[in-house]
Amino acid sequence: MSTTDQPAGKAEITQWPRATNTGHLHGDYFPRAARVALADPQLRRNIGNATTIIREKRGSVVAELDDWAELRAAGAAIKDATMADLGDHLERLETEVAARGGVVHWAADADEANRIVIEIARRAEARDVVKVKSMATQEIGLNEALAEAGISAWETDLAELIVQLGDDMPSHILVPAIHRNRSEIRDIFRREMGNVGVPAPDGLTDDPPALAEAARIHLRNRFLTTDMAISGANFGVAETGTVMVVESEGNGRMCLTLPRVLVTVMGIEKLIPTWRDLEVYLQLLPRSSTGERMNPYTTMWTGVTQGDGPEEFHLVLLDNGRSTILADPEGRPALRCIRCSACLNVCPVYERTGGHAYGSIYPGPIGAVLSPQLTGVADNPSLPFASTLCGACYEVCPVAIDIPTMLVSLRAKVAADPDSGDARERAVFRSAAWAMSRPQRWTRLLRLMRLGRFLARRGSFRNLPPPFNGWTATRDLPAPPDQSFRDWWTAQRDGGGDA
Amino acid sequence: MPDRQLVDTPFVPATRTSRQAILDRVRAATAGFEPAPVRRDYRQAGAHPQPDPETLLEVLIDRLVDYKAEVTQCAITDVHTAVTAFLSAEEAVRVVVPDGFPDEWLAGSTDSESGLVRLDDTGPLTVDELDAADGVVTTCAVAVAETGTIVLDAGAGQGRRALTLLPDLHVVVVTADQVVARVPDALGRLDPRRPLTWISGPSATSDIELNRVEGVHGPRRLRVVVAESG
Repeated sequence: MSTTDQPAGKAEITQWPRATNTGHLHGDYFPRAARVALADPQLRRNIGNATTIIREKRGSVVAELDDWAELRAAGAAIKDATMADLGDHLERLETEVAARGGVVHWAADADEANRIVIEIARRAEARDVVKVKSMATQEIGLNEALAEAGISAWETDLAELIVQLGDDMPSHILVPAIHRNRSEIRDIFRREMGNVGVPAPDGLTDDPPALAEAARIHLRNRFLTTDMAISGANFGVAETGTVMVVESEGNGRMCLTLPRVLVTVMGIEKLIPTWRDLEVYLQLLPRSSTGERMNPYTTMWTGVTQGDGPEEFHLVLLDNGRSTILADPEGRPALRCIRCSACLNVCPVYERTGGHAYGSIYPGPIGAVLSPQLTGVADNPSLPFASTLCGACYEVCPVAIDIPTMLVSLRAKVAADPDSGDARERAVFRSAAWAMSRPQRWTRLLRLMRLGRFLARRGSFRNLPPPFNGWTATRDLPAPPDQSFRDWWTAQRDGGGDA
Repeated sequence: MPDRQLVDTPFVPATRTSRQAILDRVRAATAGFEPAPVRRDYRQAGAHPQPDPETLLEVLIDRLVDYKAEVTQCAITDVHTAVTAFLSAEEAVRVVVPDGFPDEWLAGSTDSESGLVRLDDTGPLTVDELDAADGVVTTCAVAVAETGTIVLDAGAGQGRRALTLLPDLHVVVVTADQVVARVPDALGRLDPRRPLTWISGPSATSDIELNRVEGVHGPRRLRVVVAESG
């Protein structure tokens, strides 16, 4: 239990007990993991192909709307306004859901959310649950927690199915199996489907429609017979208690409609105040996400409807670090994120390393700002550096999250953190600050640095000696020129050169 | 069913503590946060210029076809012909007909010579019966031209959500007065307390190399009859 009995005052904000299990939010040191990913040319090809396609699709459907900039501004502003009164909106949502027959639960962290879901499953006597693709349940490691409790969780989204059958990790927010191409998917289906249920059809080819058909056959009976489903939520409307899931395949509709018990795990930042606000996000999300004018299926439900859909509906409101982000004015805009993944598809770093290198279920630019904030920078010190700061992510973000600025501020936090910052780096920059504070010192230092030219190869340093080797471990450092600009300028001015 | 006694269960009090703690933390975290007011400078419901009714239908049909739905446009008096044509083209025999679907839109198609077996949801139909059905015919609540979206709200002629989910063929009738220009126009016509399903084309996936493939778990064939009065 990670809750306190006393109401938390402002001073306690930073003392929220660190969750014992924050789920899948951190992995290996990014530069090391990236090097492994970069050595896999198949992975790079798969991701390069996929992101190229999706970038083009997004570009053309966004260009269709002449009010995109205004929608984007409203999308950001509505989320900010929601955060400003989040407590009231959460209470309103709870009231409305309960009034329509739903049960609302509150989970401070991953462990608590998992315990709540397991308890609901035990009461429903569910040994198996079907799942709609959900970032929140991945974040809290729900499938693993259910397995420990003897409950099998079956992913039903095609990409999640590929990941689950392949005993793999998701590598993209929208398309978790983006790192797999069609023939790899065929091999996984052939090898694994029969072990857990209906086997792949004989002679299955790598034709995408055939693969989709195989998934349909494999899951059909599960949909018709499973008693309990678990989903995430794209939005929750406070004033009406309406919860919404967008999807493409119909697996979401199956899970949200057929089983007797439905549990939805929703991050507290998924709220929007009014029904009308959906008009903004229903335009921003599909176009940014899959590059479609609208995704094939969207389901919206409010509590329980007699005779239509589940008889029991539980909504689990999840904090798991979000209230800590909310308290930080610099990091707060990250909570606007609607998980469209447009920033992944344009990121030059993501395109080359893929999602696994980030070690978190939130990869790419948004993951690089979200994961370290959810876990605290000390647990995720390398992700803020997993970016070139080119700014493409900010440009495509439908809710205008200024990811590059946020990355810089997180880098400063890492550097200042005695546990995660590099002491040598701090020493170097302290020296640099000392040198730069007086022009004479700086000029002398530049002249001194010219002496280092003999160490350079083809104009750059590949490996500096300690203590500077940390800097060149992941980048080349250009060698200083034999004449600095300042020297050149002085020579021009005094000697009257040919400039 | 709010009275399932779940509220007094032993594990809920623990989350009640978390409830208060989360609310307190959230309120403390945002104290003094005053974001800029929301400006809705985008095109809102009823924004001018509204397309003329003919263009509206043209756009809707263009978008439906783009997402691999098949469409027939006809006069409201000919709906039954169009519906029957779609059903027989797909060799659909056992067809689910939700309560409230206008009889005249099926007239002539329930004759013994047409060979149709009409499945009514009085009972109601089991999931296996629905799974074994060849198709379903429905009305709709609203259609959005700009996105090619059809919205069902479980009202008359549409039925509960499972009816339009399990059969592999969905034939839906849209009348011209149900078509709105854009997403903001649609929300005002819908009641959020009803279970809503927004449908844009047949079931699809982009999970294999981000290529769109039609046909996964939902109805793999979507057929739309767009009916104009007069």
